[in-house]
Order: sequence, then structure tokens, then C-alpha cells
Amino acid sequence: MSVFIFIDHSEGHVKKASLEALSYGAALAAQLNTTAEGILLGTLATDPADLGKYGIKKVHQAAQESLNALDAQVDARIIADFISASGDSVLVFSHNTTGKAIAPRVAARCKAGLVTGAIALPDTSNGFVVKKTVFSGKAFANISLNTPVKIIALNPNAYAVKEGQGKAEIMPLTASAPTPKVKVVSATAATGHVPLTEAELVVSGGRGLKGPENWGMVEELASLLGAATACSRPVADAHWRPHNEHVGQTGIAIAPNLYIAIGISGAIQHLAGVNRSKVIVVINKDPEAPFFKAADYGIVGDAFEVVPKMISAVKKLKGK
Amino acid sequence: MKILVCISKTPDTTAKIEFKNNNTTFSGDGVQWIINPYDEWYSLVRAIELKEKDPSTAVHLITVGTADVEPIIRKALAIGGDEAIRVNLDSADPYTVAVQIAEVAKQGGYDLVLTGKETIDYNGSAIGGMVAELLDLPYISLAVKFELNGATATVTREIDGGEEVDETALPLVVSCQKGVAEQRIPNMKGIMGARTKPLKVVEPVATQPLTHIVSFELPPAKAGVRLVSPDQPEELIRLLHEEARVF
Repeated sequence: MSVFIFIDHSEGHVKKASLEALSYGAALAAQLNTTAEGILLGTLATDPADLGKYGIKKVHQAAQESLNALDAQVDARIIADFISASGDSVLVFSHNTTGKAIAPRVAARCKAGLVTGAIALPDTSNGFVVKKTVFSGKAFANISLNTPVKIIALNPNAYAVKEGQGKAEIMPLTASAPTPKVKVVSATAATGHVPLTEAELVVSGGRGLKGPENWGMVEELASLLGAATACSRPVADAHWRPHNEHVGQTGIAIAPNLYIAIGISGAIQHLAGVNRSKVIVVINKDPEAPFFKAADYGIVGDAFEVVPKMISAVKKLKGK
Repeated sequence: MKILVCISKTPDTTAKIEFKNNNTTFSGDGVQWIINPYDEWYSLVRAIELKEKDPSTAVHLITVGTADVEPIIRKALAIGGDEAIRVNLDSADPYTVAVQIAEVAKQGGYDLVLTGKETIDYNGSAIGGMVAELLDLPYISLAVKFELNGATATVTREIDGGEEVDETALPLVVSCQKGVAEQRIPNMKGIMGARTKPLKVVEPVATQPLTHIVSFELPPAKAGVRLVSPDQPEELIRLLHEEARVF
């Protein structure tokens, strides 16, 4: 039984969520007394052998540059062919946008049991049971897999990156890639900003901020902390902020280490997108705001007075 | 042009999450069941919009479930769609469900299969990709915009930290999320009409589940909020730095 980890990269760099998957895969391999090996489609800006420091022994690389762009159908075919030839194995993806596109395809092709949204290492004491989030973070389910190939898609920010020493051996992966059926016309990445799903710290604003012109202090606090900015649904619906900042049930679900909610009441639909955050801070002038029940720290007060003082305190702390 | 819209039944977003039978089953007691919002607001409404543009389009709904899902599929038919198919099987295994949908899609010769980006109960985000693989079709996941020009689809999808515009020829499988369409409330004409729309029940094809739910658990309760005086936001920053150690 081997553990393989799909290495997800963009513009030559391995995504943070994928480094988490590598660390998770290495820990799982240690648990199963086997080795962790990466699967890399395309090329990186750095030497893939360096990924050995995340605990993997080999990187199986199909180094065609044409594979740098994601094509779920092509990628799934290559991965499935490789996995099918490798006997019993566990395959780890990140449950990010790439994993959501590819992992189900590989699972169907290999008839492999798939758990998406995993949050912890499997319990292998009696079978192979993986814990995942269900009901939008309001509960967990333990899912048993008994297929020869098992696939786990790990939630971003659920497993910490572990960096050590080591070099991975590069193994060429000969892939007979089918012709892509999907043409990528254009792509816009929010460059210069931390992607919300990967952000460790998030500062978020709601209707309580009264208008888009008041977002300066949200952005300043976020920028001082190195945090991403987010917003509630009414704010996105009113076009105060772009839709890709909307977190909640119908927006993006996130699980940062810190979520600061400013002027957000905390409706259940909003909580569904943020309740996996490790620490929740709520700033709201309404002491009855339901968000306080889900919060770890809170200030009942006017955001327009509180947030500027928080900004000064962070500046002082960071020596700025 | 034939569109197949996948419809799932889920507990209402505000439903209390509780489990029974030694934490092996979701307790549906007192729970209001709804159409999975991603299926209803985005996939279904977009399919209806495509039919409004080109009335020759057939919009069929599919659900995999036992007879108790019929009120949900009737509610979906009240919003729109010509007819529905129910595969008579209750399964929480995504592969098993995908096999049933793929079989119906293959038999019916659909040009487009639409799903929601995930269901709000199991949060799997797996069915669309599996159906596409079983049918050997392209799959565009997490669509935020879907346009059709003849047999060519132009789809904007979410990527990590941004968006990508893809173009591909039908047939195609797409998972939809916010942006693809806007929620519609069924009107009286729709509700009356839904009662007489065909709802075909088909028996499942044989397949083995690849996953099993062993148990559910609830997250540990929060210790309660620690309130800081509004006059001392610097104390909050100190606590976050020294106690919570988040920065």
C-alpha cells in the first residue's frame, strides 16, 4: 500500500493547500508504514525534488508543459492510469477548486471510495475511517472506505504544513494524455491578495459598515495582519464588495485560524461558511447579535470607533 | 436540446442538526426538507432560462431517492421543468448515486447535465465529476456563469483566488453555484401545473457502494465568548496575540 499525493500548482508554485496535503500524506504513510510519493503533472519554477522536505520520497512527474493548465478530464485520466498500475493505494488531494474538479473523476474511473472535505488523518485501527465535515460545518461524519484504491480530499487549513529535511527522487511519469475538450479562454487570478480559501487570517465586514466607502479600515486592518478580506451576503448582493469575497452558505466556506467579523449579525447561513474557523472575533454594536454565541472573543461596540483603535494597537504591536 | 437537472433533498438551512440510532442516522424529526439550494437556485433556474430562450429545449429533473422525496421533486417541477425521473434508491454513497444519474443521462441522450456545486448536507461536491467521468464527458465545476451559443458552452468557473473562462462543445456536465442564476419563487400556475407533470419512477441499476457512513458527531460546544470593553480594543489585540496566538 502506497500513499500518493496530487501536487496542485499554479504559475510554477505549489499551492499552500497542496503543501498541507503533502504533509498529511507523509503522516498517513508513516501511520501505514509505507512511503509517500507525489504526482506532479506539468512543471514547477523550483526543483520538484525539494518537495522532499514535506516528507515525500518520490515525485512522479509528467513534465509536459501542456499539463501546467488544469484539464480535469485529461489529468484524471493520467492519474487514474498511474494509480491503476500501482496496486492498493491511498490518493490524497486538497479539497480546493482543483481537487473538486479532478478527485471525483479519478474515483469514478478507479472505482475508488472517495471522502471529500476530510479534516483529520484516517483511523486505521479497525479498517479505514476518515472524518469529514458535513451539514456545512455543523457536524462531522466518519466514513469507512474498503476499496483497494482510497481517495481522500483534504479540506484546506485542516492540517498544518510540516517542513523538514530531505530530497525526493524524481521519477518520470509517461502519460498518454488525451486531447483536451475544454479550451481555457481567459483566467483572472486575484494577484497580490491572499486567496480566501487559503488565508490563515480573515477580516470580514457586513451591513453594519453602512457602505462600500467605509471598507478602508477593513482593508487596512487586513493588510496590517497579512489577512484576506471577506464579506457577508448582503454586502456582496448590494455590490459593495465583489462576489468572490462572499463567505457563507451560498458563498465560499473558509476555515482560517482567525476570523474577525465586523458589523455582521451572524445569521445561520453566514455561520455555515465560517464556523470551522479556529478563533472567531465579533465586533458588533448589538449585544443580541447571534454571532456572539459562536464567537471566542467579542466587543460590543461601534465598529467605527473600535476598528481604528484595533488598527493602532496592531501597528504598535508590529512596530509600525 | 435536452437538459437533465439533478435535484437533491436536504434539510432546511436553519434545521437543528441532531443524530439518532447511536449517532448513525440524521434525525429528521421536525425538520423541514427543501430542494438543495444550489440545485434549485442555480442549476434548475438556469435550465429554465435556457428553455425560455429556446422553447424546443426539454428540461428533465432527476432525483435519486425513495418515495418520500416526491414532494421535493414536485416543488422543483412547480418552479419549472417538463418532467421528472425518480430513481428508486436511497443511498448516501456518491458513486452509487452518480452511477444512477449517468445511466439515466446515457439512456436519455442529454446534451447538458447540471448539478449544484454540492449538497448542503453531505457537502460532497463529487456527483458532477463522477457522472462526467462515467459518461466520458467534460466537467466544468463551480460555475459562476453559464452561456450557451448553439452547441458551444462558455462557462466562467471559480478557481483558487480567481476565475477562469472555459469554452467547450456539448455534451457537458456542469456544477453550478451563485452567479449562474437567481432564485425564483414558484407561482400558483406553476404549483398547479406541477401536479400533472409526468414523474417517472425507474428502478436502480445494480452497483456496489464504495463508502459507508460509520457515525456522525457534533463539534464540541464553544466555551463562550470572552467580551472585551469597547474602550480597550488594544486588550483584544493583546489577547489574540498572546493568548490565542493567531498572529
